[in-house]
Amino acid sequence: MRRGIAATALVAALALAATACGGDASDGKDAAGDNAGGELSGTVTWWDTSNDAEKASFQKIAEAFTAKHPKVTVKYVNVPYGDAQNKVKNAFSSGSDAPDVIRADVGWVADFASLQYLDEVPAETVKKVDAEFLPAAAASGKYEGKTYAVPQVIDTLGLFYNKKMLADAGVQPPTTLEEVKTAAAAIKAKTGKAGLYLRGDDSYWFLPLIYGEGGDLVDAKNKTVTVDNAAGVKAFKAARDLVSSGAALTNATDGWTNMQTAFKSGEAAMMINGPWAVADTYAGDQFKDKANLGVAPVPAGSVKAGSPQGGHDLAVYAGSKNTAAAHAFVAYMTSQEVQVQSAKELSLLPTRTAAYEQPDVKGSEMVQFFKPAVDKAVERAWIPENGSLFEPLKVEYTKAITGASTPEEAAKTAGAEFRKILKGWK
Amino acid sequence: MAAHTSQSVAKAAGDDVEHGDVARGLSRRTGSGNRTGGNRTGGRGGLRRALATHWYAWAMVTPVVLVLGVIIGWPLVRGVYLSLTDANERNVSRTIGVRHIEATYEFVGLDNYAAVLSDPVFLQRLAWTVVWTVACVSITFTLGLALANMLNRDFKGRAAYRMALILPWAVPGFVSVFAWRFLFNRDNGILNKILDGGGISAVPWLDDPTWAKFAVITVNVWLGVPFMMVALLGGLQSIPGELYEAAEMDGASAWQRFRHITLPGLRAVSMTVILLSTIWTFNMFPVIFLLTRGGPGDSTEILVTQAFREAFITSPRDFAASATWGVLILALLMIFALVYRRSLRKQGEVW
Repeated sequence: MRRGIAATALVAALALAATACGGDASDGKDAAGDNAGGELSGTVTWWDTSNDAEKASFQKIAEAFTAKHPKVTVKYVNVPYGDAQNKVKNAFSSGSDAPDVIRADVGWVADFASLQYLDEVPAETVKKVDAEFLPAAAASGKYEGKTYAVPQVIDTLGLFYNKKMLADAGVQPPTTLEEVKTAAAAIKAKTGKAGLYLRGDDSYWFLPLIYGEGGDLVDAKNKTVTVDNAAGVKAFKAARDLVSSGAALTNATDGWTNMQTAFKSGEAAMMINGPWAVADTYAGDQFKDKANLGVAPVPAGSVKAGSPQGGHDLAVYAGSKNTAAAHAFVAYMTSQEVQVQSAKELSLLPTRTAAYEQPDVKGSEMVQFFKPAVDKAVERAWIPENGSLFEPLKVEYTKAITGASTPEEAAKTAGAEFRKILKGWK
Repeated sequence: MAAHTSQSVAKAAGDDVEHGDVARGLSRRTGSGNRTGGNRTGGRGGLRRALATHWYAWAMVTPVVLVLGVIIGWPLVRGVYLSLTDANERNVSRTIGVRHIEATYEFVGLDNYAAVLSDPVFLQRLAWTVVWTVACVSITFTLGLALANMLNRDFKGRAAYRMALILPWAVPGFVSVFAWRFLFNRDNGILNKILDGGGISAVPWLDDPTWAKFAVITVNVWLGVPFMMVALLGGLQSIPGELYEAAEMDGASAWQRFRHITLPGLRAVSMTVILLSTIWTFNMFPVIFLLTRGGPGDSTEILVTQAFREAFITSPRDFAASATWGVLILALLMIFALVYRRSLRKQGEVW
């Protein structure tokens, strides 16, 4: 959803085919001997969903696990985020060539756990997760009172802006959608470029809009679908308004690539994005001087400013032949040392409370911005259907933002689709 | 799968209608093998004799029957069965490591069919699928016919020219579709850059429902023309040159020659390629899915991509609904093939 780059589906398919063909010739022997004599051995296959700018760093970190456990081989596979949910389900349900460890979006954990695909996190790790991790992050790994995943990174959305372009146009970073429109008009007049890029092909970007109007997709406590109430309609209207007023660019396909290209090349002065985009953005022409990138809270709607709490957890496949090594790998990948390293290299936010005291983390401007934003982020309902809601919502969000259907219709249809998924909800 | 199945089903059905009466005698005389005539007439004795006489034919046919049974028959039967249940991701059997979870889905009769057919989405998808198929097949056929006629004469560099036209066919479909997707990109695509050079503002190729429909049809036509062209070129070359000479002697114009010699001469081959092309286009999953994913919104979603959506994109995966869509597609194509054949036979065409 969030980082889906559909065009890389091909690459992923090839990569997976290659690993499948490569076969696990060593598995039969190695995998069985997990904890004999107290030493971990065998192969741990990890499916990582990090994006192109992040994956090299994660591969290096993952393979360094071998230095601690010389008999364990880590097999790193990068699966593009957009295809990952499907690929994981295919692999887990058939059991063939399934990974031992996956990087799951926080929205997927409850779904996979409810299908009994995930191995419970060992008790001593659970104690640490409960004591040493940010409570909001720890909650994402739980399902029906049990812990199935360890949080790796936490994130939320923010408003990325090109400091120079905003200064040239003589505007301050906008704090509300109304200000976005006036700022965009000023930028258009001064530089001829677009004000904001707003993704229209991914419904995750709809969340700040609906939170901004005081609404939410569902109210899990009262088992009520709320996407089609007045706030929901207003949110669809706000999305369409940004595009039809010319304040925002959008696309119905290839949104991630187009957004990054537009922002990195200075075709758009602002975009709404998360910490996972920082490494890629720094690679752009406009941000050779890293100081040119500014981040502000997402603009408020008519009620408040709100952005979703997201992130990624690491989970172990229940069918893994090597669960001991897999759990040890998860513990390593979520250790303070590794979290500090990815905060430093990739500006990703640690999930451990103590990691924020480290100088490397304190020194990262992006982390320093995003941490307070994450603390205020809206926690989603951790229900198994969480991940299911985005696909029907995407269809309606894209229609509404491109003007193919009215905001009212979009809200109504999204509500009806949600009620098909959430049986018995109001 | 549906395409193959419907073809073979249609063929089998047709064969029965045509040869049903003579089949019994025929199979014994010719030993063509794929008739079960002996079975029908002679009971046990007949069967034994049929086996004894034609054992080699049976031996030849068996592998094909087995393979077809495994790769088409079994999935088909299973698909039909699933469409009568409430199977989804949460209640099918699955094996996770050493643990096996038993299936708990139940038989629900025709509920799925009632649900799909009463949903307005079905009619929307069907209407666009029909528009898409008719548009693609007619444009592809017209272009293929024009190109075939242009190539059916001697000129310098004909071989090279033919090669160039067949190229789209030689490139794997998904590669072409990804290439087109880059071309169509509104903000960074070459097409819009070129238009921009001509002072035309960016066209939202894949961002606007109407343009997206135009875009998917364009790509499918581009992919489909080589097949049409090659098939029709073959047909053209089988038309005797004397006919054209005789017509020319009689003073027939170029158009009259085309109308009264070329078209009737191409009839047999064109009817076949139109049927094939219709079935392929009706089920053309990759073009739609890879170019637009059915979007923007759901405006380019055809029946097969909808079936895929039910089974793999929605979560929990709804296998029963997906199977229902699949069976409905199969039924529609079978009806089409039968009607098409019947209408051809009425006009005296047998193939």
